[in-house]
Amino acid sequence: MRQTRIARNIWLGIENLLLHKLRSFLTMLGVVFGVGSVVAMLSVGEGASKEALEQIRKLGSNNIIISSMKSAEEEAASTQHSHRAMSIYGLTYEDYRRVASSFKDIQRAAPVKLTRKDSRLRERALELRIVGTTPEWSELVPRDIVAGRVLLQADLDKQAPVTVLTEFGARKILATESTIGQTVRLGGDQFEVVGIVKSESGQAGNIQIPDQDVDAYIPIEVARRYFGDIFTKRTSSGDEREKVELHQMIVQVDDPKKVEAVAAGIERMLEQFHKKKDYVVSVPLALLKQAEAMKRRFNIVLGSIAGISLLVGGIGIMNIMLASVTERTREIGIRRAIGAKRRQIVYQFLIETVVLSTMGGLIGLGVGGLIPLLITYFSGMITMMTLKGILVPLLISMTIGILFGLYPAVHAAKVDPIVALRHE
Amino acid sequence: MAEQAPSNDQEIIRLEDARKIYQMGTEQVKALAGVTVSFKKGGFSAIMGPSGSGKSTMMNILGCLDRLTSGSYYLAGQDVSRLDDDSLSEFRLRYLGFIFQSFNLIPQLTVQRNIELPLYYLGWDARDSENKARELADQVGLGDRLGHRPTELSGGQMQRVAIARALANDPQVIFADEPTGNLDSATGEQILELLVKLNELGKTIIIVTHEPIIAERTQSRLHMLDGLIDRIEGNSNETN
Ligand SMILES: Nc1ncnc2c1ncn2[C@@H]1O[C@H](COP(=O)(O)OP(=O)(O)O)[C@@H](O)[C@H]1O
Ligand SMILES: [Mg+2]
Repeated sequence: MRQTRIARNIWLGIENLLLHKLRSFLTMLGVVFGVGSVVAMLSVGEGASKEALEQIRKLGSNNIIISSMKSAEEEAASTQHSHRAMSIYGLTYEDYRRVASSFKDIQRAAPVKLTRKDSRLRERALELRIVGTTPEWSELVPRDIVAGRVLLQADLDKQAPVTVLTEFGARKILATESTIGQTVRLGGDQFEVVGIVKSESGQAGNIQIPDQDVDAYIPIEVARRYFGDIFTKRTSSGDEREKVELHQMIVQVDDPKKVEAVAAGIERMLEQFHKKKDYVVSVPLALLKQAEAMKRRFNIVLGSIAGISLLVGGIGIMNIMLASVTERTREIGIRRAIGAKRRQIVYQFLIETVVLSTMGGLIGLGVGGLIPLLITYFSGMITMMTLKGILVPLLISMTIGILFGLYPAVHAAKVDPIVALRHE
Repeated sequence: MAEQAPSNDQEIIRLEDARKIYQMGTEQVKALAGVTVSFKKGGFSAIMGPSGSGKSTMMNILGCLDRLTSGSYYLAGQDVSRLDDDSLSEFRLRYLGFIFQSFNLIPQLTVQRNIELPLYYLGWDARDSENKARELADQVGLGDRLGHRPTELSGGQMQRVAIARALANDPQVIFADEPTGNLDSATGEQILELLVKLNELGKTIIIVTHEPIIAERTQSRLHMLDGLIDRIEGNSNETN
């Protein structure tokens, strides 16, 4: 009974607003843009944090990734005289041993040695990225196992020629043939496929995700023995030889709060032993801070637009409602004469204002839903609509209605019926 | 909250030394200068007098739209002169009906919605209201105009809608302030007949009018002058 009465009052409010469609629509515009901005702001914000969390998940939330990188001077030198001997740079086995054993907050660590080799099984060939590493890899970069198993300590101990492939590469190479136990050639050597895992691949922020779609994981000692530390890179100005012991180290810290301190410690330690800066320390957790910063910038811009629009929208609504009260003085007088109490007049006008602002909010929700789509389309930034992102703007628009509707409504209720009935 | 009326149950309205004084700067305007009068239950009475004599003020007081400066007003046995705004609204809603010279229909509402208005404030549900509105529209001869807006009606039809609306809450007293003032004489005649019929059905009717033709049909005529009762014709009791 009570519910149907509220519904009826709301419907009466809607009917009244429909009498002046254009006016009602124009009155709503401020709220439309205000709510639109809030919706856009929330979905951009949600998208940014979701993207950051997703990236961190791919990279490992407590991980620090240290990568070998040709130092700037070395890079410049090698492009100038390309026939120069061999460039030696990057992380060493010794670096790995030192880092892994010096920090008590480091839970586990894995060395990574990379090389690209053509791989084949019968007539099928594909260039794979050979990742020499240890069993820790699969804990630092945890991915679902599709078949078989990951690398084990026993493989390392025995220096067994076994490999774990990523799903994409495996499907290309193995095709329909039975997977586990199959022998594939990596470069010039035969490896037994013992497992297949999923992969993520790609870029997360400015950090390379550790795994790729065409990886073949093998015991690091095997990689070192079979492929050595010296690599030949083909460039436009001829072959270039470089010696790199380790391409990466992935380190996991036991507490997210300590990640940055440990990263700084590693950086300092490496500085001592490297004459040039031929490595880079990346902290996935920093992506979250980047995302937060971006979110803040967006929120400031869109938040001010939203705030101003909502204020202007609210004042616009109040203005029109005050005009409407004057215009409808006689109606108010009639209602009062018939027996409407003051608070019922307040209620009537308040409902009209709230209906107006809420309809503005709903349209704003539609408009605001488009802005994130456009942002995603043009900038590739991930945006996301959540329940909160819908309810908060609607709540705001209702609040605007109540806030800016209260004064005109109270004003309406103060109308003296005797005066109002004489009003022309 | 309301005291018992000091008089018999024949009367529905009683004013005792009723005064309504407007302060205009330093001057006092005595719109009602101490009126004692009563109206019979089921009667049909006219309030007459020259312009500015206090007729409208009297109607506003009797209709619970305004409050006395001093004196007492008993309506249906209850002292309403000290009631607050909400209680007066409640009284109007439950016991009184109004008919105005300028009809005072709400232009954006249909005939049906206009008639339903008192029922809406009485808390009736939509279906009952609709049935009642239809019944009342039939009673005033506008059963086929429920969906129309007031602007699509003639003056006489609008006044019929106003009468139907005034009847919706089944009031004890109907106040009509010059109800035929904006109508031609033939239409005015029809409206008058409608009021006479309602009176015959038992409604107490108090009407402000200048027209002798209308005054003739009432049972008592109260002539006002300068905020006081000049004389009373017919069968109302008066103490001036
Ligand atoms: N709101 C008011 N403020 C001041 N004076 C008023 C007001 N209403 C009525 N009056 C005065 O009270 C007297 C009676 O007015 P009214 O009741 O309207 O007379 P009538 O309806 O008989 O023409 C008049 O002198 C009028 O000027
Ligand atoms: Mg008058």
